[in-house]
Amino acid sequence: MSKDSPVKNLLANKMQRRTFLKWSGAFGVPVIAGGVGTKLLIDQQTEEKVASASDWDKVVSTCSINNCGGRCVIKAYVKDGVVVRVATDTQESGDPSIPPLRACVRGRNYRNLLYHPDRLKYPMKRVGKRGEGKFERISWKEAIETIASEIKRIGDTYGPESRYVNYASGQSWGLHSGRNSARKVLALTGGYLNYRNDYSSGAGNVATPYTYGTNNSGSSFDSLLHSKYIILWGQNPSEMIFSTPYREYLMGAKKNGAKIILIDPRYTDTAIAFADEWIPIKPTTDNAMMDAMGYVIVTEKLHDQAFLDKYCVGFDGDHMPEGISKEESLKSYLLGEKDGVPKTPEWAEKICGVPSEKIREVARNYATIKPAALIQGWAAQRQAYGEQFMRGGAQLACLTGNVGKLGGWAAGTGYWSRADIAYPFKVENPVKASIPCFLWTKAIEQGTEMTAADGLQGTDKLTTNIKLIFNMAGNMLVNQHADINKTTSLLEDESKVEFICVSDLFMTPSARYADIVLPGTTFFERYDIGVPWCFGDYVVFGDKTIEPLYECRNEYDVFTEVADKLGVKEQFTEGMTILDLVKESIKRTREELDPNFPTFEEFREKGVHHFKFDEPLVGFKAQIDDIENNPFETPSGKIELFSKTLWDMKQHEEIPALAKYISSWEGPEDPLIEKYPLQLISWHYKRRCHSTYDNMPWLEEAAKQEMWLNPKDAEKRGIKDGDKVQVFNDRGILMIDVKVTTRITPGVAGIPQGAWYTPDKAGTDQRGSVNVLTSQRPTPLAKSNPQLTNLVEVKKA
Amino acid sequence: MEQIGFYINQSICQGCKACSVACKDKNNTKVGINFRRVYTKEEGAYIQEPNGGIVHNVTSYYFSIACNHCEQPACLKNCPTGAVVKRDEDGVVTIDQEICAGAQLCVSACPYGGPQYNKETFKSNKCNFCIDLQEKGEDPVCVATCPLGAIEFGPIEELRKKYGKIRQIKGMPSPSITKPNIVITPHRDAKLV
Repeated sequence: MSKDSPVKNLLANKMQRRTFLKWSGAFGVPVIAGGVGTKLLIDQQTEEKVASASDWDKVVSTCSINNCGGRCVIKAYVKDGVVVRVATDTQESGDPSIPPLRACVRGRNYRNLLYHPDRLKYPMKRVGKRGEGKFERISWKEAIETIASEIKRIGDTYGPESRYVNYASGQSWGLHSGRNSARKVLALTGGYLNYRNDYSSGAGNVATPYTYGTNNSGSSFDSLLHSKYIILWGQNPSEMIFSTPYREYLMGAKKNGAKIILIDPRYTDTAIAFADEWIPIKPTTDNAMMDAMGYVIVTEKLHDQAFLDKYCVGFDGDHMPEGISKEESLKSYLLGEKDGVPKTPEWAEKICGVPSEKIREVARNYATIKPAALIQGWAAQRQAYGEQFMRGGAQLACLTGNVGKLGGWAAGTGYWSRADIAYPFKVENPVKASIPCFLWTKAIEQGTEMTAADGLQGTDKLTTNIKLIFNMAGNMLVNQHADINKTTSLLEDESKVEFICVSDLFMTPSARYADIVLPGTTFFERYDIGVPWCFGDYVVFGDKTIEPLYECRNEYDVFTEVADKLGVKEQFTEGMTILDLVKESIKRTREELDPNFPTFEEFREKGVHHFKFDEPLVGFKAQIDDIENNPFETPSGKIELFSKTLWDMKQHEEIPALAKYISSWEGPEDPLIEKYPLQLISWHYKRRCHSTYDNMPWLEEAAKQEMWLNPKDAEKRGIKDGDKVQVFNDRGILMIDVKVTTRITPGVAGIPQGAWYTPDKAGTDQRGSVNVLTSQRPTPLAKSNPQLTNLVEVKKA
Repeated sequence: MEQIGFYINQSICQGCKACSVACKDKNNTKVGINFRRVYTKEEGAYIQEPNGGIVHNVTSYYFSIACNHCEQPACLKNCPTGAVVKRDEDGVVTIDQEICAGAQLCVSACPYGGPQYNKETFKSNKCNFCIDLQEKGEDPVCVATCPLGAIEFGPIEELRKKYGKIRQIKGMPSPSITKPNIVITPHRDAKLV
């Protein structure tokens, strides 16, 4: 573009023309020429072959199964056994029962994933110190023998509770994830320590059932076509793809005239595409705004008293559990009858930064425009008191009587599900002990000291710390867990965890900490069925597009051989290959769940199956229509705005019986803010699925790894757009380029999560891997990850 | 001749850039060369109220654009070798890679940033409306890609009948320069006042 182009203002070229991403492949994996058709594959990608993109032999319909909330149809155009181009679903939009499942930017990059020159190509064993990154090629035979003998040795020495399969989500949303294969081999040879919950919605998953008795508090997204007012609170479906068809329904809701409000510290892509209004808010203070909304609704008598009387426990003094004083009610709390602090919008404004008049306006709209849907994202529950956020949203839905109504929404975690397929691969673990998934690092250091207060379940006491870790297709081991520096120093100590096996496509920061690294396969290289998160009435066929490259193997086949070495092969496979499992799933789904489900051949041909329903699923409709016969699954059988169970835990400051604002450590009211004046948040970036695809140059070009900083905060520090800065707190230091933007609230810094930890010699991360700055202090109730709760300072590098 | 053009429903563009990367996949273009590009615009500021409230008038939008296959293509007029051709049958503007001498005059002439120079091949190239795919009955990849269906294509007169005649938003050059074959439904914040 010419410098004096009149379009320059608009088209000020934000795209960084990076010729080469030096960090990619910076881990020094030996690049091996040769392998299966490597040269051919690389040659195929040169520009001379452009014509091949419109020249193909066949189109194979497949599906990615990593931990993205959606599932999309991927059509691989294949010529001479090489994928020359990818396309996606061609279904037209318009029929809500068959929404198009079109891939996002990540899905358009899959050819680069498949043929990336840095793919792990053969098994390797560690030869240097752990974490040093020195590996040596070994045979599959040696890899399998080592894995089998370590499983046995560590099991015999420390007992089965010493063996752990880490949370991993790299290829978890198909029929066969690597972690399940590892689990089954361990289960068949004595067992393994279980984990519960996840990093995505950990606090919400534990908190929401205290209100509703279940996490299935959502409604199917087509119900939004009936909503008149929608509040998206900390939810960004444009970027993180909460569900592939969700945006189609949001668009429909908008067309139908629904007003959409977005509350978030960032002016997200969702705000641009869908919202009528963006309301910036300070991280960790959402409950202050929620409390004030409750105050407005109650004091202006906009609440649904009949609903509260009939379905809820704890709204006012007349509806408290036995033995609990009237002043513990929600109404009393909002009015400040006990603590002398009415939760007025003016009170909240000082804390959360949302003007009191705006809080009043949103509260009035939400309470009077019916039906209204308050949909909570999981971002804000990934903070110190994330439990309160999820229960607080649910509380507002109840105050306004929007629960169980078409076009309303019950808030809370918001899962829903009305379609499923049969899973033929079963794991039965003889060990019953489990820990919250976020506390695995604690279980390495102090496993035997953990108690129920740490979330230990199934046993009073563990007999051992974790000594063996399988980390299959996941980057939680180092990159995605909190406080990377603390985690790596723990893993480096070879006397603690004695054996770590990682399977992946690339030498990720986690793979770097393995003793044995296995080269995994992409979805192009195996059969599978893509299952969306529970928010979707469809499944996608994952056809095998090409044979695995190099010496890559999928984990099911690897663990079949490990099982063979350990004498449990028959029990492991039950006589089935991966393809057999896919066929078995389809057969059993037809027999047991849905006679209209296609046959294997039909499913393969169509590539996708949409389950059909006559009307939207409305969360808690059965309970609201007839609570006598359909009580809530809570102790009282009602919605528990006040939870006696939580009350009885006697930790009222941090685990209150009512949802309420709790001033957060490393929040805006923490005195530490004097030293570290910026609140640091992270988000699911449109160019990655967690850490997957971070090493893809096209995606880096599309959406660069950079920190968002408000012009006010940048100016104060002499920082200009594009400057490299150092971001730090007591836990670590990272380097990152800054995007100075009005799209983030003043006082807040935002780093997209998932960049690969890339330390220099001094241990300073060079890539903007946010978890060098996050904390391992868990949330009080769920023992979940608080990774969006951080105070930092930024200075020009 | 029936001139074809693009329709961009900018009002629902979420800036995902799937169109841009799908175009790279189809055309095998490297980092730095983007036949279809997505730009961001943001405006506005904040005021902190005495009680701590943050008031703002921030607006932002995305805009996806490729070659507009103009009536009077500036690239064509400025090409010294005749490599740039406007096809009779559909008005698609292409750059013949055999003839292009890499003078880059098309790059500097185009007010929309359409032609892209390749430093390795010393030639410029641009969106050719996926004419090879169209011949096989497929849509251009950007059209077949947009997750929200915000990009359409077809005879420009039909698109204008269906969606109106807007072809300039805030920040864009006057359409009188090249007469672009594009129809836009602007984002609420991108309308020309």
